[in-house]
Amino acid sequence: MAVLLLLPAAIVIFGIIVYPLLRTLWTSFFAVDSPFPGRYPFVGLGNYRRTFSNSEFWLATRRTAYFTGVSTLAELILGILVGLLMNVQFRGRWLLRSLVVLPWALPTIVNATMWRWIFNPEYGALNALLTQLHLLPQYRSWLGSPFLALNMVIVADVWKNTPLAAFLFLAGLQSIPRDLFEAARVDGAGPIRSFFSITLPLLTTTVLVILVVRTIEAFKVFDIIYVMTRGGPANGTQTVAYYAYLQAFSNQLFGYGAAIAYVIALFILALALVYVRLLRTEVEI
Amino acid sequence: MATIARREQLRPRATARAPRFNSGRRRRLAYWVFIYAAAVLVGAIILAPFVWLLISSVAAPTDLLARPLRWVPEHISFSRYRSIFHGGQSSTADTFRASLVNSAIVAGSSVVVSLSVGIFGAYAFSRLRFRGRRATLLLMLSTYMLPPIAIVVPLYLILVQLHLLDTRLGLILVYCSFITPFVLWIMSNYFRSIPRELEDAARVDGCTRMGALFRVILPLARPGILATALFGFLLAWDEFLYALIFTSSTHAKTVPVAIAEFTGRFTVDFGMIATGGVLAAVPPLIIAFVFQRYIVGGLSAGAIK
Repeated sequence: MAVLLLLPAAIVIFGIIVYPLLRTLWTSFFAVDSPFPGRYPFVGLGNYRRTFSNSEFWLATRRTAYFTGVSTLAELILGILVGLLMNVQFRGRWLLRSLVVLPWALPTIVNATMWRWIFNPEYGALNALLTQLHLLPQYRSWLGSPFLALNMVIVADVWKNTPLAAFLFLAGLQSIPRDLFEAARVDGAGPIRSFFSITLPLLTTTVLVILVVRTIEAFKVFDIIYVMTRGGPANGTQTVAYYAYLQAFSNQLFGYGAAIAYVIALFILALALVYVRLLRTEVEI
Repeated sequence: MATIARREQLRPRATARAPRFNSGRRRRLAYWVFIYAAAVLVGAIILAPFVWLLISSVAAPTDLLARPLRWVPEHISFSRYRSIFHGGQSSTADTFRASLVNSAIVAGSSVVVSLSVGIFGAYAFSRLRFRGRRATLLLMLSTYMLPPIAIVVPLYLILVQLHLLDTRLGLILVYCSFITPFVLWIMSNYFRSIPRELEDAARVDGCTRMGALFRVILPLARPGILATALFGFLLAWDEFLYALIFTSSTHAKTVPVAIAEFTGRFTVDFGMIATGGVLAAVPPLIIAFVFQRYIVGGLSAGAIK
């Protein structure tokens, strides 16, 4: 019975994924330099050795880790603040909730295009706004220098992804019984004290869920980079997924690209396992 | 109401208490000012980029390239929207129109297929006991961690062999592989929230398991199904990497690919890109705005058990 019910879903998921996944593993052991089947020299773990000894790969990994860490942290902090705000009963709360959901629904590519246009060095709205407010003496190229560009991509990413965190926090906040806060107030705890000793500990699960989801997403980040900077300037925004894409599709090094893709997948798997362990100690699934 | 009642009680008391009471009221006032200010600030940060995108789509090119920038354009024209809907004037507009149609068909079909296969699986995970239930579910969900780049090259070759490259059908097949796990995840949690007794009652009355699923569970799960369908639609509408690599012409190219293509060119018409962006954003934004409760409810039910 169970098998019968599960079979269609299993075919759709694994039928499409398993063969390509194994094929990519196979490819990663050969020096494949064209997308078409043929005879290519076997190199064993050569592509993996090449990955780990390549400084460009490690730089891309460091940038990805920075992107992941900073954007996830910002989304957690802003998410909890917006979540708390949406949990307060005030007139117009429904409007705020309906607005907050919008950036999350905006397609990633449109988001990237929009911010690229806002950050435009000559005609961008950010330059215009900051100079007209006299906060900036002259126009600057926001996506023109490597480290600044990476941070500006993070800004665009945080703007889009904070809403998800905020709504998960809101759901978590609503599940906390009100009596707890009442009791704390009777005991003389102020709002800040009760936030740190009641609210935050009870939101641990939410924090972990957001950490898992956002870390995985950020490690796979590709679309926003592709549109906003194409990995530039001077490779300053090149993340691992983008690096793998370049190796496979621009340089036609499919074997090498496949090896990098596997390394990324293993990274994510390792992170996910750590989180699952943490989650299991926190809550019973 | 409660505060007013308390105020009435306090009033006749000794005047010595008045300053303390006053400071309490001032603090309450400050609190509400802070809350509303924060809400307005959050609203502004969210809306400003959208508004600018909208303005850019209707402003004349001279307004967009003016320095200092004119926030309110002197000339407003909907000609870019018209050229996308009526076509003929520019190849950019034609591409956008075709890609909007492709996106709608691909996203809609992938959701229908994923829901029809996923609902049965989700039901099995939530109601049946079998060996390896948890492991199977985790394995299916773990496909989410897979970077698309790890399977994209072999998939490309398969699609070539099946003559499905640059077709909507090819994209639909691939999209189902990542929407179905979400259906399993959200729907199995949703089914679990429906009391088992209802189903048992139906089966006592002579329904088969399938009969109970179709007559009792599915009607009750309608809000969950709606949320899952909308969420799946947003996922498919948003997808980029597969579409970038598997499509090349207006036969199957989706909106994200069309937009990315135009941002990459050197001589760009920013207004046209903004117009394409607005049109690409409208369907998901309307869905999210109208069904905010459903989607958010479904998502958080799935995430926090």
